[in-house]
Amino acid sequence: MSRVKLFALQALVAVVAIAIWWIGSSVKIGGVLLLPPFFFSTPADVFSRVLRMVASGAVWPHLGVTLTETALAFVIGAAGGILFGFWFARKPMVAAVFDPYLKMVNALPRVVLAPIFMLWLGLGIWSKVALGVTLVFFIVFFNVYQGVKEVSPVVLANARLMGMNDRQLFRHVYWPSALSWMFSSLHTSVGFALVGAVVGEYLGSSAGLGYLIHQAEGVFDIAGVFAGMFVLAVFVLIIDWGVTALENRLLVWRPQAPTGHD
Amino acid sequence: MEFADATPAAEERTAIRLDGVRIAFGQKGQPAYEAVDATSVSVDESEFVSIVGPTGCGKSTLLNAVAGLLKPAAGRVEIFGRPLAGLCREAGYLFQQDAVMPWKTALDNVALGLEIAGRPRAEALDEARLWLARVGLARFAERYPHQLSGGQRKRVGLAQVLIRHPKILLMDEPFGPLDAQTRQIMGNLLLDLWAADRKAVLFVTHDLEEAIALSDRVLIMSAGPKARIIGDHTIDLARPRDAAEIRLDPRFHELHRAIWSELRAEVVKTYGEDAA
Repeated sequence: MSRVKLFALQALVAVVAIAIWWIGSSVKIGGVLLLPPFFFSTPADVFSRVLRMVASGAVWPHLGVTLTETALAFVIGAAGGILFGFWFARKPMVAAVFDPYLKMVNALPRVVLAPIFMLWLGLGIWSKVALGVTLVFFIVFFNVYQGVKEVSPVVLANARLMGMNDRQLFRHVYWPSALSWMFSSLHTSVGFALVGAVVGEYLGSSAGLGYLIHQAEGVFDIAGVFAGMFVLAVFVLIIDWGVTALENRLLVWRPQAPTGHD
Repeated sequence: MEFADATPAAEERTAIRLDGVRIAFGQKGQPAYEAVDATSVSVDESEFVSIVGPTGCGKSTLLNAVAGLLKPAAGRVEIFGRPLAGLCREAGYLFQQDAVMPWKTALDNVALGLEIAGRPRAEALDEARLWLARVGLARFAERYPHQLSGGQRKRVGLAQVLIRHPKILLMDEPFGPLDAQTRQIMGNLLLDLWAADRKAVLFVTHDLEEAIALSDRVLIMSAGPKARIIGDHTIDLARPRDAAEIRLDPRFHELHRAIWSELRAEVVKTYGEDAA
């Protein structure tokens, strides 16, 4: 499929969705509106709200706060995941001892931790960062662990026979392997860093996109909620493009999947 | 004077010596599986020795013991007269499966052996380019392994091993997964590179024709378990050889017939067990 045709079809989906929304919220069918504006707002209202938020500059500080939290959550969570992933993979004894506790913590819905983090770290950005870290950490941890464990025994034997010491094995074998696993989960972990930030903001904060959405909900300002969601979605899309670009640069050595998405 | 020289020289002549090597696999509480039993092999410096045997007989296991990847349950492994402790640093090992690092380009893979030995990167890369040219991959230096064919990956592996100038070359069915034409081309490439400095080679294969075409000596291994060396044939075909054309030589056929008559019984044994 050509690029132009693909883009046209993608745009068509948006047009149809907006058209249904617009008709449902402004054209009476059988005497009733299928999507009453009080509950669903209208495309025009949401669009003008987004424009106003962007034009007045009101949205930028909030976006900045959310972005900061997301970046911090990702960096700290990934660093911890890499560190512990390597440690556990190279020391099976440690992994065996901590295994049930890791599973326990990982099985916990993170939302229940949000109030505790707020109590410990306050309403500022760090309670949101902490929430994001608990999400990112486990994804990166499990992937790095797997990446170190799944190094091909033949490649490893070859490397050792070449005379590599532990440090060289780490640099030339374990690290690239773990990194490839980590990057394959990069979309998920960056996404979760953002989820942690926004959910944290939503539950209690004074800035950020989650805060904006929560404020609008508090006064039944549905256009405001949708506008916040729209900004959030565009934001996620841009981050995702960035991640894909990074991935393509760093994982050139990997065979392309038969049907890659871009 | 001559007398004083003679003794160490005689010792050094033997590159690999296996003496009564027994290799067993097993888990605690279970009777061990004895893969290889009381096997003695010796490979002289600059000698090309092949081991042939039915699949699963323990040929690769024996090779791993020489490389130091496996510790034999009994017996001695000596490399240039010294008992082997840990990994065999004098050996280059070409594996049956792909062993090159998928995350490095062909060039980086070949240069790796020198880099980890502490050679400056620029120097290592220059020499790696030379070796890639020698194995006919000069144009593929910047390719990653997945962008190369199976035969090309083997060439990268060969260059990666040879750039370190190992005194011993261990090869575990290195051309096994390749098609017949590529195998012959690789066989000739190997012979050419080997002729340059004649390392000691221990070459494991299940392809008798390949073994005869390449080697100075062909050893026959019996079917496992408790596999042993049951035959030792000197291949007196003149060198340099062409791995493809040598197969038309009448002497090649005589040797093939003689070795095959011994080997066949073992292959049939393995087949019989599988069928049972």
